[in-house]
Amino acid sequence: MSDALAIDVRGMTKRFGRLTAVDHIDLQVRAGEICGFLGPNGSGKTTFIRMLCGLLRPDDGQGTCLGENVITGSEEIKRQVGYMTQRFSFWEDLSIVENLDFVARMYSVKNRREAVRSSIERLGLGERQKQLAGQLSGGWKQRLALAACMIHDPKLLLLDEPTAGVDPKARRDFWEEIHRLAAEGLTFLIATHYMDEAERCHRLAYIAKGKLLTHGTVSEVIAEAHLTTWSVSGPDLLALSDQLQGRPGVQQAVAFGNALHVSGGDAAALEQAIQPFRTSPHEWRQVESGLEDVFIHLMDETHHNALE
Amino acid sequence: MARLWAVVVKEFLQVRRDRMTFAMILGIPLIQLILFGFAINSDPKHLPAAILLADDGPQGRTLLYGIQNSSYFDFTRALRTELEARQALARGEVQFVISIPENFSRELLRGKQPSVLVEADATDPSATGQAIASLRSLLDSSLQNDLKGPLSFLAGTEGPVDLRIHPLYNPDAITQYNIVPGLMGVVLTMEMVMITGLAMTRERERGTMENLLSMPTRPVEVLMGKIIPYVLLGYVQVTLILIAARFLFHVPMVGNIILLLLVALIFIAANLAMGVTISTVAKNQLQAMQMAFFFFLPSILLSGFMFPFRGMPHWAQMIGEILPLTHFLRIVRGILLKGNGVKEVSLQVWQIALFATIALSIGIKRYRRTLD
Ligand SMILES: Nc1ncnc2c1ncn2[C@@H]1O[C@H](COP(=O)(O)OP(=O)(O)OP(=O)(O)O)[C@@H](O)[C@H]1O
Ligand SMILES: [Mg+2]
Repeated sequence: MSDALAIDVRGMTKRFGRLTAVDHIDLQVRAGEICGFLGPNGSGKTTFIRMLCGLLRPDDGQGTCLGENVITGSEEIKRQVGYMTQRFSFWEDLSIVENLDFVARMYSVKNRREAVRSSIERLGLGERQKQLAGQLSGGWKQRLALAACMIHDPKLLLLDEPTAGVDPKARRDFWEEIHRLAAEGLTFLIATHYMDEAERCHRLAYIAKGKLLTHGTVSEVIAEAHLTTWSVSGPDLLALSDQLQGRPGVQQAVAFGNALHVSGGDAAALEQAIQPFRTSPHEWRQVESGLEDVFIHLMDETHHNALE
Repeated sequence: MARLWAVVVKEFLQVRRDRMTFAMILGIPLIQLILFGFAINSDPKHLPAAILLADDGPQGRTLLYGIQNSSYFDFTRALRTELEARQALARGEVQFVISIPENFSRELLRGKQPSVLVEADATDPSATGQAIASLRSLLDSSLQNDLKGPLSFLAGTEGPVDLRIHPLYNPDAITQYNIVPGLMGVVLTMEMVMITGLAMTRERERGTMENLLSMPTRPVEVLMGKIIPYVLLGYVQVTLILIAARFLFHVPMVGNIILLLLVALIFIAANLAMGVTISTVAKNQLQAMQMAFFFFLPSILLSGFMFPFRGMPHWAQMIGEILPLTHFLRIVRGILLKGNGVKEVSLQVWQIALFATIALSIGIKRYRRTLD
């Protein structure tokens, strides 16, 4: 891993009419790093990624992507970047091989046949390579798209929700592959809504309403939120949750499996708020805040801010 | 019933929001009504004619003025030799050559019924029919003043002159000879523009455009890549029509078929270029279809395919001159029926090539490299 920055942009902004979809975002990602890109629906992740690979013209902002200027060098950037779109965007009326072959040709991949063959092999789609892409199941389409955007050995991969709809085994294989490639020096910017995936990233960037809220490693992001969390287990958690919501000091009460996570920014106030409820049959214990607690907290905050 | 209404409202909202489609739904019928309502005329007048006047007597001149004053003929030039006359007809510069022989006046006064020869380009029978039909009475009436009093017997029962009409190229006035080669151009125009017209809009509608744009390509590559495969398709159509023309309609093929195939390449390319240009402008497939038709209708109606080109008013002819089909029709009919060669068709070929170049340049300029 080197200290060179694969992505180094500042003030990236994109407006659609009166809506500012991406609002002055600065982002640095080191080469060989896996950066998770998180944020609620409509927060501007896709828009930001599209600006990085030259699909949208930023209204403001500057910087470099793989050392090339993001504004003027998009042709060169396109050559070295693999972009996987959120929505399946390969040709449904072409077969798997034909799609891969087309992509390989477009990037003028050397040893094209070999590249396509090994890509199909890695995908494990050997017997179905003649099948039309449109006939694949959702998860397989996703895997095909991933294979296709890596066929030209890009240095930077911009993946927009690459594992949406992919089964757990395939997802684990996918993340193992990503870590292996990152160790070889590839850089990843991965938009995702899955917490377990976020935890596998070297670094996280969380955006909401087009603004970058936090940026750092998993533990940095958690520490920065200054959140205290209690976990309760026992009967009638739903009723308990209703009673806790809105009490001073309680910022959120969220069900996690058989437990309820109650969190707040002010540890003392939170403890006071839950005091009356700390009776049997409920069992309370303080836990470390997880990423999910933090993100739900962040989402709520931006929501409240927006309402004010 | 509620669902039906919901759909009606939704569709209406969508159409209203889609300004371009909305404008076309209103604009196309209006424009075409105005355009074709005035343009179509099956009784063409002021047809260009040339004269070969060998007679130096007064009656030859009278005849000349008489013809010139009729609304059917416009004398665009005077010719000296039969060869010149043939060339002018082959190039389509004139529709008629009227020859008044030597000693016409003298023989007329002697009652010898001198002959007047009218050679007509009858490739399109409907363009010449009315004019030829009017000639007989035209000749008689223009000579009427000269043949008064003692000479009135010359007007006789069979008329003072012997009118000979030579319809050239399509002597039997078989409409198919004109229509079938023309159809080649029409079919190519329709198919080629339509096919490529949908090319880019389909990418956009299916969401594959985002993928295509994220790859390192230049607009020319994408646009040409969408043109080339269809050239082959165009040739399949050309071949089919030629075979049908030969064996089904027995259209004469006087000229060089290889030359025709070469010219067809340029014509096909011009239409494909028009198609991709449409698809870079249109926002969706429906718009692309509408635009393709917007191009197709004038191509059919103003090119001389449906109605004689010279029967249209001047402004309609100007529009026609822009369209590749107009020039291609002249080329196809010229090669197949008149046996024209490179020399006669080259001007028309250049005009098609110019159209193709302009259309493709607009397409390349309009091609959007980004999604916004
Ligand atoms: N082409 C466009 N025209 C107008 N508005 C747009 C366009 N593309 C995106 N937006 C708006 O910009 C905002 C950000 O959208 P974006 O797709 O970047 O969100 P996202 O973070 O990727 O969301 P998701 O998690 O749902 O994929 C949204 O409010 C969206 O409506
Ligand atoms: Mg998105």
